[in-house]
Amino acid sequence: MLKQIEGSKAVAEAVALCRPEVICAYPISPQTHIVEGLGEMVKSGELAPCEFINVESEFAAMSVAIGASAAGARAYTATASQGLLFMAEAVFNAAGMGLPIVMTVANRAIGAPINIWNDHTDSMSQRDCGWIQLFAETNQEALDLHIQAFRLAEELSLPVMVCMDGFILTHAYERVDMPTQAQVDAFLPPFQPRQVLDPQEPVSMGAMVGPEAFTEVRYLAHVKQMQALDLIPGWAAEFRQAFGRDSGGLVHAYRTEDADTVVVALGSVLGTIKDTVDALRDKGHKFGVLGITCFRPWPTVAIREALAGAKRVIVLEKAFGVGLGGIVSSNVRTTSNAADSVFTVIAGLGGRPITRDSLARVFLEVEAGTAPALTFLDLNRAAVDRALARERESRRSGPIAEALLKDIGLVTAQLR
Amino acid sequence: MSFQPVKFYQTGTFTVGNRLLPDNERSVQSTVRRTNSLNSGHRACQGCGEALGARYAIDAAMEVTNGQLIAANATGCLEVFSTPYPETSWQIPWVHSLFGNTAAVATGIAAALRVKGRSETRVVAQGGDGGTTDIGFGCLSGMFERNDDVLYICYDNGGYMNTGVQRSSATPPAARTATTAAVGPTPGNPFGQGKDLPAIAMAHNIPYVATATVSELRDLEAKVRRAMEFRGARYLHILVPCPLGWGHDSSLTIRMARLAHESGIFPVFEAENGEVTGVSKIRRQVPVEEYLKPQKRYAHLFAPRPREDVIRRIQEAADRNIRRYRLLEEA
Amino acid sequence: MRKPFAITLDPGSSLANHTGSWRTLRPEYLDRLPPCNNACPAGENIQAWLFHAESGDYEAAWRSLAQDNPMPAVMGRVCYHPCEGACNRAHLDSSVGINSVEHFLGDEALKRGWKFDPPAPPTGRKVLVVGAGPSGLSAAYHLARLGHAVEIHEAGPMAGGMMRFGIPKYRLPREVLDGEVQRILDLGVVLKVNAKVDDVMATMKAGGFDAVFLAVGAHIAKRAYIPANEAAKIMDAVQVLRGMEGESKPLLGRRVVVYGGGNTAIDVARTARRLGAEEAMIVYRRTREKMPAHDFEVQDALEEGVLIKWLSTIKEAGEGAITVEKMALDEKGVPQPTGEFEKLEADSVVLALGQDVDLSLLDRVPGMRIEGGVVEVGPNMMTSQPGIFAGGDMVPAERTVTVAIGHGKKAARHIDAWLRGEAHDPGPKHELATFDKLNTWYYSDASKTVRPMLDLQKRVTSFDEVVMALDETTALFEARRCLSCGNCFECDNCYGVCPDNAVVKLGPGNRFRFNYDYCKGCGVCAAECPCGAIRMVPEQI
Repeated sequence: MLKQIEGSKAVAEAVALCRPEVICAYPISPQTHIVEGLGEMVKSGELAPCEFINVESEFAAMSVAIGASAAGARAYTATASQGLLFMAEAVFNAAGMGLPIVMTVANRAIGAPINIWNDHTDSMSQRDCGWIQLFAETNQEALDLHIQAFRLAEELSLPVMVCMDGFILTHAYERVDMPTQAQVDAFLPPFQPRQVLDPQEPVSMGAMVGPEAFTEVRYLAHVKQMQALDLIPGWAAEFRQAFGRDSGGLVHAYRTEDADTVVVALGSVLGTIKDTVDALRDKGHKFGVLGITCFRPWPTVAIREALAGAKRVIVLEKAFGVGLGGIVSSNVRTTSNAADSVFTVIAGLGGRPITRDSLARVFLEVEAGTAPALTFLDLNRAAVDRALARERESRRSGPIAEALLKDIGLVTAQLR
Repeated sequence: MSFQPVKFYQTGTFTVGNRLLPDNERSVQSTVRRTNSLNSGHRACQGCGEALGARYAIDAAMEVTNGQLIAANATGCLEVFSTPYPETSWQIPWVHSLFGNTAAVATGIAAALRVKGRSETRVVAQGGDGGTTDIGFGCLSGMFERNDDVLYICYDNGGYMNTGVQRSSATPPAARTATTAAVGPTPGNPFGQGKDLPAIAMAHNIPYVATATVSELRDLEAKVRRAMEFRGARYLHILVPCPLGWGHDSSLTIRMARLAHESGIFPVFEAENGEVTGVSKIRRQVPVEEYLKPQKRYAHLFAPRPREDVIRRIQEAADRNIRRYRLLEEA
Repeated sequence: MRKPFAITLDPGSSLANHTGSWRTLRPEYLDRLPPCNNACPAGENIQAWLFHAESGDYEAAWRSLAQDNPMPAVMGRVCYHPCEGACNRAHLDSSVGINSVEHFLGDEALKRGWKFDPPAPPTGRKVLVVGAGPSGLSAAYHLARLGHAVEIHEAGPMAGGMMRFGIPKYRLPREVLDGEVQRILDLGVVLKVNAKVDDVMATMKAGGFDAVFLAVGAHIAKRAYIPANEAAKIMDAVQVLRGMEGESKPLLGRRVVVYGGGNTAIDVARTARRLGAEEAMIVYRRTREKMPAHDFEVQDALEEGVLIKWLSTIKEAGEGAITVEKMALDEKGVPQPTGEFEKLEADSVVLALGQDVDLSLLDRVPGMRIEGGVVEVGPNMMTSQPGIFAGGDMVPAERTVTVAIGHGKKAARHIDAWLRGEAHDPGPKHELATFDKLNTWYYSDASKTVRPMLDLQKRVTSFDEVVMALDETTALFEARRCLSCGNCFECDNCYGVCPDNAVVKLGPGNRFRFNYDYCKGCGVCAAECPCGAIRMVPEQI
C-alpha cells in the first residue's frame, strides 16, 4: 500500500510488521520518531504481543535487547550517534554472543563538538563490532531492509544494524509502498533461536574464553558474517519476487558498464550522486555509481566485479578516520584492482549539504587528474587557516569549534 | 521476620539442618534434593563466601520456583570462576553479558518471558558489589524504577576482588585494598559517606528489599522465598566474606559474616514497599574489634600502633546501625 | 541445540574439573570423646543414648544406655553425676541434666516393661559372683549377656547391697531397685541369698566355677574412740540404715547427733528427721567447704531442718548429752583442737565415719595382696590370684554405686577375655572433645530443667521419694540441650556450608563423607561443625 509518510514512521510500521516481541529505547535525535511510533503502537495494542520498555540509557537498551533475545524473543531497538557509542560495549557483546537483534541507527555525527546532524561517523565507529551493517539509500529501502534484517539476523544468529541517514531519511516525508502483514509473514518466518535460556534445557551463555579458543571464536564470527554474502543476493531476489521491487542486496551499480570513473558511496547521498553523474554523462563524461548496501560483511567480490572496468574510483564518504582519511576508501583499496586510482572525498560531515555543483566539480578534477587523493568537499580553507594561525600565535588559543563559528559569522547570524 | 526460629530444639534452627525438624521445616541446603545450582568443580578460592552465597540463594530460588528459573550474571568473580570455557558450574539457564548491565539483561529476559506468557519462569540477576553499586548502578536503578519482575541479588564482598582487590563504593572505611593502600597518615579506605544500596533500593519503594549473610542460612533462604512471593523488582543484598580480599583464614568465612552481623557492622533486615518489616536481632553482641582483628585488611588498625580512634569510628557506625535497625533485643 | 562454540556451555560440566588437587589440608570426620562419657565411672556412652532420646526414641536410648549400665532407674537417682560436672554446656548456661534424663529413661523402662536384649549363646563357662550389690549385679549382668552361666552368692537376705542397706528409701524407692534387680535375674542369673561365702576357693571348687568376681562391699562400720558412760546410746550408720529395712525401725530418740561429714552422715540425719527426731544434728570437725558430702545433699538436708555443727569433735558422750570441742583450721587446713568445749543435748549418737571390708573369705587364698584393708587388683580387675577378680567397695576406689557398677562391667569384660585365654583390649580412648573444639554459636539458648521436688512438709514426715522424675516433655527438652560434643548429630552444617558441594550426605543415621575430588580444604566445615566432629589434617603429597 502506497503511503506518503515520514521515514521514521515508515520504519516503525515496517518493524511492527516484523512482529517484534521486545522493543527497548532511549531517546536520541534523530531516532526518536521511530521509537515513538512503535511505542504508540504497543500502547494502543495494535502491536501485540510486544513489550515496549523505556530504559534509562542506550547501554541499558542494548542490554535489555540482549536479555530478551537470549530468552528467545525477537528484539529491536534504535539509536544514533552518542547513543551508539554509549551502548558500544553491549553492541560488541550482542555480536559476540550471536544474538539476532535488529537495531536502526539513524546516522548522526559524533561530538565534540556536539552536532545532531547527519553523517556516518557513528555507524563507522562500530564497523568492526561484529554486526551486519546495511545502509539504506531511500526510505523505501530503509523500510524494506528492516524486514530483510530480521530474517538475516535470525538465520545467521547475528545482530543486524540498519543504517539510515538521520533527518535526511528519518524526517523526510516520502511516498513508500508499505507491505501487508501477510506479505511480511510469508517472507519472515517466526523466530527459531539457535540458543535460548530455557529451564527445560539449561545452558550457560557468555562463558569466559581464554587464549586456547578465543581465536577460533573470532574466526567463527568472521565465517558466520561472511555467510551473509551468500544469503543476501538470493534473498534480495526473493524479496523482489514477493514485494515487486529492488531493495537490499549487497551493492547497487548504476551506469557502471562503460564507466571510466565510478563513484562509490553509502546511503541517501547516492541519489544526489546519481543526478550529478547523469548530468556529467549528458556532457560526455563516463561516470558510474556503485552504492554499497551491505557494508559489513564487506562484499569484496561484488565490489571488485562492479569496479573491474573503472580506471578511477571516487569514494565519497560521510565519515573519516582522523589521521588516515577515508574509511570506506580503505576498504575499497583492499578490493579494487585500481587501488592506486582510488580517490577519497569526505563530504556531508555534521550535516553539511552535499550539492551537485560541488560534486561535479570534484568529480571532474579527479577525471582531469588534478584532484588530490583526499579531498574535504567544500572545506572553508580560510577559516581553517585562521584557526591554525591562531594556534601558532597563542598558547591559549581557545576552543577551535567556537572560534571557527565566530570566523564564519554563524553565531551572530543565528542569534539574530 | 519471615523466618521464625524454632525454640527448644537441641540446636534451635541455627544449623543448616536439624534431624529433629519435620521435612517441610528444613532448609533447602540440608536436603539431598537441593539443586546444587552452582556445581562442584568451580574455580572459586578456598572458602569463597560468594560461591556459598550464590548456591544458597539460587538453590532456594530453584526450590521456590520449582526449577523454573533463569539467571543473568554480571562480570566478576562469580562469573569468572563458574564459567571458564570449556566448563560451566551452572546447572540452570544462565547468561553473562557485561559488567554493568546485568539488571537490564534480566529486564530483557523478564520481558521476553512475559511476552511469551511464561509467567511461571522467574528471573534473577546477580553480581558482586562492584557490578551492583558502581558500574551496574544505573541499570539497577532503572530496573527498580520500572519495577521489572526481577530479583536482583548482590553478593557484597566489599571490593573488586576478581581484578585483585581494588576499592569499590562498597568497600568499608579503613579497609586496605590495592587502591587504598595501608600507608600514610590515614591508611586504608577513606571514611566517605557510604553507599547504602539496600536503603537506595528501599527509596525506590520496590516491593521487597532484604539483606542477609552467609552465616544465617535459614534467614537467607526465607528471604529468597519471601522475595519470590512478590512480582516486580526485588533486591537481596548478601554479605559474602572474601578470604582473599579480607585477608582472613579460609575457614573463617562464615564466622566473619556472623561477626559482621553480631557486631552491628552489617544490619540484617527486610523491607516491604519501602518500610522495614523485620530485623535479625543480634544474639551475642561483640565489639567491632572482634570482627576487624582476624582480617589483614584492617591489620594497620592494630599494628604498629593501635588506632583506637579509627576503631572507635567504626564502632560508632556499628552502634548507629544497632540503633537505627533496633538490632538488640529490647530488655 | 547447536550451540555457539565455546561461549555457550553445557550445564554442570565443571564436574570435569577436580579441584581436590588444590588441597593442602584435608578434613576428616572423627568421634571425639564427650567429657560426660569421659567422666562417667560406669563408662556410659551418655552422648550416644541422649542422641536417641533427642528424637523421642526412648527405648533405643534406654537400650543404648543399658549396654553399659543395667540399672538406669537406680543410677538416675543415686548417681552423683560427675558427667554433669564435666558437661561442656556448663560454659554456655548450665550443664545438661543427664541424670534426670537417665532417671526418666529408667522409670520409662520399668513402666513399659522393657527387657534386655537376649544374651549371647551359652559359652559353657560358669562364673561365681560374690555379693549382690551394684558391682556384683553389674558383673552378673554383663557376664550373662556374654553367654556365661552366672551365680550370685549373697550373704544378706536380699539383693542390692548398699543400694538397699545404705541408701534411704526417700532417695531410692525399693520397688525401683527390685524391678531393676529382677530384670537382671530374668537373664538367667542365679541369685542365692543368705549364702555367705566364707572360703572362696572352696566355694569355687564345690560349684565348679571357672572364675569368680568378688564384690562383697564394705559393711563394717568404722568406730572412733569416744569416752562414753554406759547410759550413752551410740550406734553406727550401717546399723541405722540397715535397720530401716527391717521390721522394727531404729529408736534414735528426739535429739540425734550424727558424727561424720560424708554422704552417709547426711543420709542418717535426714532419716532421723523422718523417723520423728525433732533435732538431727551433724557434728563435723571441718568446714562445709571441706565436707566430703556433696553440697546439694547438704543443701537438701539443711532445707529439711538438719543442723550442722561445723568445726567440732565429740569429746565425750553421756546420758542425754554429749560434749563437743571446737576446732580451728590451721594454715594447712587441718582442724586443730581449741580447748573450748560445749555441751549438747543428745538422745543418741550415730557414728558415720566410713566402713571397712570383711575380707575373711580370702583368708585361705594364697598370695592375695591386701593393702589398707582393701584388695589390690590390676588394671584388668584381677587380684594377684588368677581367676579371682574383685571390684566395688572392696578395692581401692571411690565408693559410689556408679563406680561399683563400672567395676562390674569392666571386670566382666576382662573375665570374659580371660576365660577365652585372651586379654580384653578396650582400644585407645578418643581425644577429648573439649569446649574449644565446639562452635557453640549454633546452639540455641535453653536453660536447664530441674526435676520437681517433693514439698518440704512431706519430705520430713515420710519416706516418699524426694526428687521426682521429669515428665516426657521436659525430659525430651533436657535431652535436646545436649551439645553432642565430638560426635556428629547430623545437623547438616558441613553439608550446607561447603562452598564446593564436596560433602556427601549419606542419609539418616549414616552421617556424611567428603568428596575429595572437589574438596579444596578450606576448612569451613571444620570451623562450623557445632560439635567438633571434623578435624583438618595436613595433606600428604
